[in-house]
Amino acid sequence: MKLLEYEGKEVFERYGIPMLPRCGVIRIGDNPDKLNIDGRGPWVVKAQVLAGGRGKAGGVKLAKTASEARELAGKMLGMKITTHQTQGKALTVEEVLVEHAAPIEREIYISVVLDRKAGSPAIIASAEGGMSIEELARTNPEKIIKISVDAEAGLLDFQARQLAFDLRIPQNNFREFTAFAKALVKVFVENDASLVEVNPLVISKDGRLLAIDSKIVTDDNALFRHKDQAARPDHEASEIEKEAKAIGINYIGLDGDIGCMVNGAGLAMATLDTVKMAGGDAANFLDVGGGANVEQVTKAFQIILKDPKVKAVLVNIFGGIMKCDNIAAGVVEASKKVRIKVPLIVRLEGTNVKEGKAILAGSGLKLEQADSLWEAAQKAVAAAKR
Amino acid sequence: MSILLNKKTKLIVHGFTGAQGSFHAQQCLDYGSSIVGGVTPGKGGTEHLGKPVFNTAKDAVKATGANASLIFVPPPYAADSILEAADAGVSVIICITEGIPVMDMVRVKKRLAAMNTCAHKVTLVGPNCPGVITPGECKAGIMPGYIHRKGSVGIVSRSGTLTYEAVWQVTCQGLGQSTVVGIGGDPVQGLNFVDALKLFQADPQTRAVIMIGEIGGSAEEDAARYIKAEMTKPVFCFVAGKTAPPGRRMGHAGAIVEGGAGTHASKVEALKKAGAAVVDNLSEIGAAVAKGLKRKTKAKTKAARK
Repeated sequence: MKLLEYEGKEVFERYGIPMLPRCGVIRIGDNPDKLNIDGRGPWVVKAQVLAGGRGKAGGVKLAKTASEARELAGKMLGMKITTHQTQGKALTVEEVLVEHAAPIEREIYISVVLDRKAGSPAIIASAEGGMSIEELARTNPEKIIKISVDAEAGLLDFQARQLAFDLRIPQNNFREFTAFAKALVKVFVENDASLVEVNPLVISKDGRLLAIDSKIVTDDNALFRHKDQAARPDHEASEIEKEAKAIGINYIGLDGDIGCMVNGAGLAMATLDTVKMAGGDAANFLDVGGGANVEQVTKAFQIILKDPKVKAVLVNIFGGIMKCDNIAAGVVEASKKVRIKVPLIVRLEGTNVKEGKAILAGSGLKLEQADSLWEAAQKAVAAAKR
Repeated sequence: MSILLNKKTKLIVHGFTGAQGSFHAQQCLDYGSSIVGGVTPGKGGTEHLGKPVFNTAKDAVKATGANASLIFVPPPYAADSILEAADAGVSVIICITEGIPVMDMVRVKKRLAAMNTCAHKVTLVGPNCPGVITPGECKAGIMPGYIHRKGSVGIVSRSGTLTYEAVWQVTCQGLGQSTVVGIGGDPVQGLNFVDALKLFQADPQTRAVIMIGEIGGSAEEDAARYIKAEMTKPVFCFVAGKTAPPGRRMGHAGAIVEGGAGTHASKVEALKKAGAAVVDNLSEIGAAVAKGLKRKTKAKTKAARK
């Protein structure tokens, strides 16, 4: 699950990570007067969206006075933001964070990631912060520092020192930085994160070390031991996705018009690829699960058909432990409960496939059957175009 | 010959008496796998599916001489079961459980690595995988047994049903499999592609390998390097997720394109450059292998005639 900046900063707070004081968060419908803006400016007003590059898209504004900060915050709510990370879609700003601002002397990039190959966390850092780390990795890979970290021991003293020297941290901030780096690794390990990023970490003109932004991605599999995380809303998932998740179906909405129901994540991905190859676009990724029964299949149909874009539905099931005749019975049963008005293409393979196909053929349902995934994809694309 | 499992494999099932464990253990028994017992803490001394149940893996191994573990324990406790199995002395551990926290696997991996440097060798397959099957000899997993057929094609894959699809196509071509290994869809796992390819390369029964990858991570790129440097057997690949949107986790925890890394294009390019045959259309992988093996056999007969 991806955390918004202010949610990440609430986590940082618990680990003593140095930050600028925050004046509060307002949501759509809130009065900007709710913000606790006092003391001396300037302030910064930040759109809380899950996409990098929001600054360039008008999602970060500086305010010199408290009234200006309130005004900007109010205007920013409901704004649409499109950045290089939003895949052409606009995100609506539903929450805005206002915090104190500081003049910046230097920007540093630092993150803790999961090094999949090593099977351990790693720190990725660069003395050149403020820009996209992906860009820097392409243009100047030598400027990126990588340190492997032991999850149980945390960042060791010498590693923290080495990192500080490599990042040319000023003498005055040295101890503060090593403590910060160790705390960042702790945030990663203790919160079951898959990414903790501070971009930028800054040294302000008045010599303070400050985490200006926060990005935390947590591991959904570990939610059972993080009740606070589990209680948080998933900002990334759409309403349909949340509904699907609640009933144990893995659904991700996409842009096309062919609804897909598949068993198994890998086969579901391959089904989307095959639809594309046949000249169409899938409306969704949907893994109905390994032990799908009539109820799951019915729910899956309901979920798929909630998307008004869907012009045809492709069911691709490889019956293993789950037998094809049971699946076929499920499809028939489901179609009685859910009115499927769009063309339905079913490809069954595996255990008891003959019986399954016979059930579908004898059901009187208007559907097309296919013998291979390729044939099914072609039929679905043709049906959606009709 | 085969890899990882054979007729001599004696399995213990962890989470034996649970719903999943019971169902799949019965399926494995029906296939002819030699399950010698199971582990469920607190139920030691009882019998389940006609096999003895033990409180601990150590007791089970001691009493039965088991050399492999099959794990169905729920996610919060699965990592502990993997370590328990390793400590008990089995040499192959297959973990089916889906949804184990990554940080748990980070700890497991470190401990297994430490064990492998000083004590006996232990190989972990999974987690979040369909398991391993050596057709006609031993099935340790949740795959449907009947789609398999004994033969010479080794298959290794990150996904479950996608593996069945490849297996079925191979079987329909009149060919069969030496061993089929599901390495699982998690970001931190035991056996990886390179490990499996090494085993297949060394296995005399295996004449060709199918490798089914997917987006996310760099396991396919690593495999490409190994294929180029060491593999003499032909490798046929499919990589799922060409059309997956970046930044979204496609079902498997490990199937995600992050920061421009782990893309379909990068994997396909690396594999092609390494000399592997990459099919774009999944429905063609069985035919591609059959054609490749035929060509190889022809070349061999020709060479023999000369």
